Amino acid sequence: MNQSHIKDEIEIELKNVNKWYDDFHVLRDINLQVRKGERIVICGPSGSGKSTMIRCLNRLESHQKGDITIEGTPLNNDVRNIDAIRKDVGMVFQHFNLFPHLTVLDNCCLAPQWVKKQPRKEAEATAMKFLERVKIPDQALKYPGQLSGGQQQRVAIARSLCMNPNIMLFDEPTSALDPEMIKEVLDVMVELADEGMTMLCVTHEMGFAKKVADRVIFMDAGEIIEENNPHEFFDNPQSERTKLFLSQILHN
Amino acid sequence: MLEPIHSPPFTKHPIRWAQVNLFSNWFNSLLTLLVAYLLVLYVPGMLDWAFLSADWSGQTKDDCSGVGACWVFIDARMNQFMYGFYPTEEQWRVNLAFIILLALVIPLFIEKTPRKGWIIGFLLVGYPVIAFWLFGGDIFGLIQVDTEQWGGLMLTLIIATVGIIASLPIGIILALGRRSEMPIIRYICISFIEVMRGVPLITILFMASVMLPLFMPEGVTFDKLMRAMIGITLFQSAYMAEVIRGGLQAIPKGQYEAADALGLNYFQKMALVILPQALKLVIPGIVNTFIALFKDTSLILIIGLFELSGIMKAALNDPEWLGFATEGYLFAALIYWMFCFSMSRYSQHIEQKLHTGHR
Repeated sequence: MNQSHIKDEIEIELKNVNKWYDDFHVLRDINLQVRKGERIVICGPSGSGKSTMIRCLNRLESHQKGDITIEGTPLNNDVRNIDAIRKDVGMVFQHFNLFPHLTVLDNCCLAPQWVKKQPRKEAEATAMKFLERVKIPDQALKYPGQLSGGQQQRVAIARSLCMNPNIMLFDEPTSALDPEMIKEVLDVMVELADEGMTMLCVTHEMGFAKKVADRVIFMDAGEIIEENNPHEFFDNPQSERTKLFLSQILHN
Repeated sequence: MLEPIHSPPFTKHPIRWAQVNLFSNWFNSLLTLLVAYLLVLYVPGMLDWAFLSADWSGQTKDDCSGVGACWVFIDARMNQFMYGFYPTEEQWRVNLAFIILLALVIPLFIEKTPRKGWIIGFLLVGYPVIAFWLFGGDIFGLIQVDTEQWGGLMLTLIIATVGIIASLPIGIILALGRRSEMPIIRYICISFIEVMRGVPLITILFMASVMLPLFMPEGVTFDKLMRAMIGITLFQSAYMAEVIRGGLQAIPKGQYEAADALGLNYFQKMALVILPQALKLVIPGIVNTFIALFKDTSLILIIGLFELSGIMKAALNDPEWLGFATEGYLFAALIYWMFCFSMSRYSQHIEQKLHTGHR
């Protein structure tokens, strides 16, 4: 696979990251380095901590031990660091989480206007540009409740892109979609990958992983069990747990 | 392809409608007949009392025949019901203040009015000062009118308006505080809400009017009306806080997370994302609290302020007009009902307007 889109600089670094929910150890000694432009797919059984891990990267969850560094900024309790990181890291959720009281356009303009202090006109222009990229500029004045799930998820992607992030996190972006809508969302994500965005994607869409991932990471019980390029990962899995997992999802 | 089929027609014909809704089985038929009998029995008598046999004009009790309602009593006392003991020759000031209020508020209901933000700003900041000058006087050559002389519907409206406008933001702050992650703020808000909610309003009004002055340094007086307003406002803002907290809890966690992930700070997140949705959800509860507040103004009677129901009670004790309690209380009830029902209808209008649908 062509690796030329990957730069040398390390954009995300996790060192011995641990997290507990009360007594439950959700993340165990996670070590991970992501270089600029790299596309990573994270998979694993439900409850394996994969969502929790990427939610730690923009501090929707806090970790208790270890270090997370994003673009050189350590992610700690310093609110200024968290704010700086969130400006550069976009996130797309399983349930879209669009703001139902705002139109599609306002959803996209909100953060650029208030966080980046862009004038309304500029924010609107950016929003329309990205709505065109996700192929729904004609829905700009509708409310999220009037759109289909696939359209809503594409709006959510556009909304994140409006902040011009360097990194995009996807937390099971197609899991809540009807089957016929998965493709339209994946297509947008593939395009995004082609443009050189650093992406971390929690998903069970193995076709997507084969197509765009530079690396596939398999997690189970809070640990990274195995990581490899998609070719090796799917054809030649090393651990028993990976083999079991793959046999289960590929059977479906 | 199948032809689309129309849904079955609604029952519009009156006889069919009656069959379906009033006489669908023997029990419903029986109830319908019973209710019809009661209506025939009582309604004509009431209408006769209130309108046909009622006395409408006159000066004194003697002008009333005693067969129907004596609306002469209301008519003769109307000025007091509206203004309390406000000096007659100064009442234009009250009227002027309410006319200015209407002149500012009515444009807000018209869709095309430009610069609504400025009008609202002036209503909240500039108008109270003007109204206070007009009501109280002692400035610009206006004679001073003590708050003790304010009364009637005017006083009811003043207290209710101040209470309604102030209790919403205070309630929002308390509700957010109660959910704060900072323990000191959280416990302060919880204690305030629980103390206020755990005590009858009458107790708070007594405290405000009797106890508070005891703690004040000598010579410092604090207007009785002001104390009553603060008491009612704080009392209702505790209820308001709980109503709003209900709304905040109904907002899915994902909305908070999306706002966080986009980099909005706490105040932006609350003001732009969470509160607009939460407040919309609890409009019925908020208006419920407003209506309760409006009616609770009648309790300030016990600290010697004569708003509408207080002045009514005083008027009923007038030896010259003994025996007209029914008319008096009906009239007062009608006025309270008009205001409360208007609030209720307007809130339903807002709910429909804010509906962004299909969720």
